Parts: sequence; structure tokens; C-alpha cells
Amino acid sequence: MTSLTNDNIPGQEPEEITGSEAVIRSLIAEGVDTIFGYPGGAIMPVYDALHDHHHNLKHVLTRHEQGAVHAAQGYARVSGKVGVCIATSGPGATNLITGIADALIDSTPLVCITGQVLSGLLGTDAFQESDVIGITMPVTKWNYQITSAEEIPEAIARAFYIASTGRPGPVVLDITKDAQFAKVLYSYAKCVKIRSYVPEYPADKELLRKAADLINNAKKPYLLYGQGVMLSGGEKELISFLDKSGIPAAGTLLGLSSIPTDHPLNMGMLGMHGNYGPNIKTNQCDVLIAVGMRFDDRVTGTVGTYAKQAKIIHIEIDPAEIDKNVKTDVALIGDAKHTLRLLSHLVQAKQHPEWLAEFKAAKDVEEEKVIKNDLAPQKAGMTMAEVVRMASDLTDNRAVVVTDVGQNQMAAARYTKFEDSRSWVTSGGLGTMGFGLPAAMGAKLGAPDREVVVFTGDGGMQMTLQELGTIAQEKLAVKIVILNNHFLGMVRQWQELFFEKRYSFTEILSPDFVKLADAYGIPGSAVNHREDLEREMKKMFDTDGPYLLEVHIEKEDNIFPMVPQGKSVAQIILSADELK
Amino acid sequence: MKQEFIITAYSENHIGLLNRITIIFTRRKVNIESLTVSQSALKGISKFTIVVNETKDRVVNIVKQIDKQIEVLKAFYNTNDEMIFQEIALYKVPTVALMESDQIEKMIRLHNARILEITREYTVIEKTGHEEETQALFEGLNTFGVLQFIRSGRIAITRSPIERLSEFLKERDSLFEKLEEKKKI
Ligand SMILES: Cc1ncc(C[n+]2csc(CCOP(=O)(O)OP(=O)(O)O)c2C)c(N)n1
Repeated sequence: MTSLTNDNIPGQEPEEITGSEAVIRSLIAEGVDTIFGYPGGAIMPVYDALHDHHHNLKHVLTRHEQGAVHAAQGYARVSGKVGVCIATSGPGATNLITGIADALIDSTPLVCITGQVLSGLLGTDAFQESDVIGITMPVTKWNYQITSAEEIPEAIARAFYIASTGRPGPVVLDITKDAQFAKVLYSYAKCVKIRSYVPEYPADKELLRKAADLINNAKKPYLLYGQGVMLSGGEKELISFLDKSGIPAAGTLLGLSSIPTDHPLNMGMLGMHGNYGPNIKTNQCDVLIAVGMRFDDRVTGTVGTYAKQAKIIHIEIDPAEIDKNVKTDVALIGDAKHTLRLLSHLVQAKQHPEWLAEFKAAKDVEEEKVIKNDLAPQKAGMTMAEVVRMASDLTDNRAVVVTDVGQNQMAAARYTKFEDSRSWVTSGGLGTMGFGLPAAMGAKLGAPDREVVVFTGDGGMQMTLQELGTIAQEKLAVKIVILNNHFLGMVRQWQELFFEKRYSFTEILSPDFVKLADAYGIPGSAVNHREDLEREMKKMFDTDGPYLLEVHIEKEDNIFPMVPQGKSVAQIILSADELK
Repeated sequence: MKQEFIITAYSENHIGLLNRITIIFTRRKVNIESLTVSQSALKGISKFTIVVNETKDRVVNIVKQIDKQIEVLKAFYNTNDEMIFQEIALYKVPTVALMESDQIEKMIRLHNARILEITREYTVIEKTGHEEETQALFEGLNTFGVLQFIRSGRIAITRSPIERLSEFLKERDSLFEKLEEKKKI
């Protein structure tokens, strides 16, 4: 990373510059190359400073601050770097909240910079004053208000350190306008340590040995991988661990793409709409190794009946996750990469053919009862699954897949095949509709050489569709696939299954999306019949730049399997008939 | 089963940290029975003492979340019998009541309380002790009409011979050293 800041030029004296100039130089010093934002009164000095730096710090003007923060998340998730967004005070800052909350629960490193009213006006209900520190406190890993220019370099250094180390998360810096205008003698030093913050812990040899003993004596060991594997850069370590130990593995929703879908020991996805085998085997294994995941209730079903028969080993960087939802027998606090590497040395090389055969049998059941009908439906209406799988096939499983929330998300999770790590961007913990389109913009900027496809529903698309403007202005080659079932599909599915088909406000009217794209100068087409799908999708991938493909899906299709809420993972159902 | 726990946290003296800590309770709808914050024996380090009536699982979860806050050095919890603790109470009574009989004076002696200030109109009495004790004195004095009454939050100290914090800071230094070594590998 080349940068023009004086801190990189040896021997240069600290220079007196404005606080806002210090903000920009500090970002560049942290290696930031792209930021997302929206200007306004209280952040104008920073925008003014940006004007001089736009050659080495790209700024993307989104159409809404929510778009900026989701884009920063998408950028961070595919690139592994810290996502950065900026907004003005008051409404600008409050518009960021959903994305910040999303980033906290999904452990995404973000630095969000908000302008604030003049420090002398704090607490006076000044124009566009809102208590950003107070509002963001519950949804940030750390936040800090800067009221003088001198604080800027150090606060930014801390922000990047905190956001990116340990369990990553979002940080908010709220900078008063006078601090942006004031002068500071600028020099920059990266933060490497904070006394009160321990980002990670050294491995405990005794516990590693205990874990290895459990694993070596297990008849039916089973490994669950979460996003912690990718966050720690431990993909290779996970694969070596699995290859050596012969242990079957399944991923959480956020763990997807950590290892290739077709790896022989990858059994699929966990969770409410995960695969059949991975769910039922959780309650049949004898040792469960959970790596970089947090036993979310969408993964465990009712926790009272979750994996009670198994000894549980939890590898996790965040000590607060240990025993939070599921009590463990051995807790290995540490990052997944390092811990897996150490554990690999201690486990015996093994194979578990009979145990794997059980997974295979479960897979055959799911294939017969669900997957076959999803991928090769007998009816005229198209399924989300066939659209998703076609996109996967046409990109040789190499695209970055971004999703919105709902049935589209679950179909994309179930039927995309992954070859490469960091190829999957979805809102897991918060389940934020409207996430997909802006996150895809960020993903494209974070991985400019990769194909980026976003699957979204007709509902979610309409939550942030103003970002088509950003895509058009920045000529972002995002391939947008709208899976239009003319319903808020996932809610409708629940109404059908659990509320006696009382479709209360889930039918939704949409604009002509293709015309809408056209209004932005974005090419697109709509598909109504299966025979047109492949042609139009190829056209989408062959088009340079953005493209919008609207696919009309069977209106009342459901996502199965499903672990109904309040049920155990062992009670997963494969069709609606099982509810009767 | 719910019982009383004393949560102790050491932290950097940082604006907003009190709020960060209390919202951990609010979010779980856990009531804080008492809260005291003050500078610890080490300059710049604050000590929080928080009393809750909760189940142990809940308290463990809360303490971990407190510990996770960036500026918190260390958080832990104890049951009442693991700590020595006190509260302080101030009582304002009309001075005439003190003059008219020796009953208040006897009460002060009996409860090990003391007089802080006497004016023509009122007398201020101070007592330290557990809540039941300061409450008992209140009830006694109130038969003469307590004009004002205030009780502090709890302060508590462990039964171990040294302040845990200094021990802990040493441990942390060696932890950071180990992490440095790990980075080199
Ligand atoms: C911001 C937000 N509001 C509401 C919900 C609740 N919700 C979850 S899925 C869903 C339906 C989504 O419909 P659509 O976008 O059309 O996608 P589909 O399920 O049909 O694929 C809703 C409303 C949510 N997740 N996020």
C-alpha cells in the first residue's frame, strides 16, 4: 500500500494540519483505500479534506447511510480488511445503526466516523444533534467521541486496532465539527496494545491435550465450523485438521465458504434450514467440536435438547461465548487458526467410514425428499434453488455470493457451491432485509477481480433499491438476481405452516424492476419461463458492468428442511406433511 | 435460584463506561440493587461495586459481558459471604427530640452510630453497617420522626490478603509477553 502521509516518509517532522486532514491521513496510514459515505453539515470539513485525497482514497457516495454501512460490511467480509463509512450527525448517524448492529452480531470489523455538532453545543439540542455515543453504545465493540483535534490520530489508531483484533466488530468515532476544523501537530503511530483489552489468549496446553484425548477416543466425532475460521484465516488449518482426523464437518450459515462445498468431509450446512444430516447427527455424535461459532439459537433449535449425548469442545476467541448457550466440556479460548494447528499435532490420523456412511444415508434422504424437487422440479413454476444452482454452475462456483434475507437467502445458502473462502456475504445474526444490494456493492469493491452476484427477494430489494443509483454512478459490476415470488416469502411460509395460511400483509406489489434498472441505465431482463433462464443468466454474466435479472418464482414455495422454532435439531422436518 | 451477588469491576477511568456497564443489565432486565464507583488504590483505575439479586448463570453471563468491554481491566463476582461489605447511612432528626429524652442517645450508642452535626433545628447521625442494620436504626429513629434519610451503595472488599488488581496486572503483563512470543512464531 503506497500512501502519501508524512508518517511514512522517514525523518519528516510532524506537520501542523487540520483535524479533518488528520482524519484522512490517519485512514490512509491504516491502509484504507475505499470508504463509503454521505455528506452533511457536521462532517463537511472531512469531506473538504477528502477532496484533496480522492486519488489515493476512493470515496463511494451511497444513496442512504444504511447503504454506506452495509457496503462497508460487504467490503470487509470479502477483503478481510476493516470497512470504513462516514456520515453526518443526527439523521446521518442514526441511519447507520442497523448496519452497526448487524456488524456487531456478525463480528464484522468496521470503523464508522460520524460528524457531531460543535463541542460547545453538545447537550443543547442543537440542529442535527443526536447522542450518537449513547445510541451506538449497545451496538458497538467500542465508541468514542472526539472533541479536540489532538485526539484524532490516536483515536483512529485505537479504532482500527479494536475493530480488527480479537473478535472483530464495529467501532464508532463521533467527531465534533470544531475538532475537524482545529489544527493539530500530526504524526501517526499504529496502536499495538491496550492495557485493558486482551484480544486473544495463549493456548492452554493442558486443555489442548484433554481435547485431543476426547477426539482420539471418539467413535462419532463431528466438527462444526463458523465464521471464526475465516476471520482468523484458518481455512487451511481446518482442512488439514479434517483430512488428518477424518472427522466430518458442517458449517454454520456464516461459516459457509470456509472450506469447499465438495470437500469429502464437508457434510453441508447447520441450522433451521440447513441440511438434514448435519442437523440430526448433532444429536447422535459422541464428541462435538465447535470452531469459531457461537451456538446461535437458529443453529441449536431448543438448546435443552441440543447435543446432550456429546462431549463438547468449543474453540472460540471470545471468552464470553464459552458456556453462554451450550455448556462445554473443554473450552479452548483462542483463535481458530492457531488452535486448530496445535490440535492437529495432537490428534491421531483416522478414518470414520461407518460414521460417514450415516451422513451419506441422511443425505440420500434429503436428496430424495427435498433436493431433487428443488433442483429439478416437475412443476412449471421455477424454484429459487434452480436459479441459484445455475448461477453457481455458470461461474464455476467461483463467484462471491451476497444475499438478502428470507427464502432467497436460505436457497442461496443451500444451493450455492463454494470453491474459495470469503465468497459468502449474508446477514446472519441480525437477519437484516435490505442488506444484500448495498453489501454487494462493497463486496465488488473489496474483490474487484471476482464476479459478485447478489440474490434478493422482491421485498428486501425494495428496502434499499435506491442503491441502484450508486451502482450506476460507480459502474459497479454487480449481478443482481431478484427472486420474485410476489410475497414476503419467508414470512408467508411461516404463515402457511404455523398461522393457518392467514396471509396477513405478506403479498407485496413491486415495480417493474427491469424498467427501474433501465431508468438508472443498468441493463436487465426478466425471466418468466424456465426455458429462458439459462439464456438470460448467461447474458447477465456476459455483460460488462452491472446487470439486473428478475426471475419470477413459484409464488408459494417453501424452504425445507426446517427445524421448527421450539423444536430440537433431531425433529427437523423435510416437508410440510410432517407438521400434520 | 436467585441470590445476592456482588459484582466487582476494575476499569480505566473513561467517559461513558458507566453507561456501557449498566446497559448490560438493562438489556437483560436485571435490576441493579446498588452501585458504587470510585477511584481504586491505583491511580486512574476505577472500581465498580454492583449488587444484584440474580441466578448464578445470569451473573456469570453479565460478568463476562462486563469483562469484555474494552476499558474494563477485570470483572468478577462474589457471594456476600465471600466479602466484607458495608453501607453508610445518614439520618436527620429534629434536635428537640434529642433534648426531650435520652432515647435517641441510647439508640446511637446501641447501634454504634455517631453524631456528625447538631444545630438548633436538626441533628445529623451517621451509621455504617449492612442494610438490615442501617434500616433497624432508621426504624428506631423514625418513631421520633426522621426528617431526611440517605443510604449509600455497597462497598466491599475481598477476604484475600492483597488487592486482586495488582496481582492481576502482573498476570496481564506476562500474558501480553506470551502473546508477543506467539506472534513471532
Ligand atoms: C428489516 C427487516 N424487516 C423485517 C424482517 C422480517 N422478515 C424476514 S424474511 C421476510 C420476508 C422477505 O421477503 P422477500 O424479501 O420478498 O424475500 P423472500 O423470503 O420472498 O425470498 C421478512 C419480512 C427482516 N428480516 N428484516
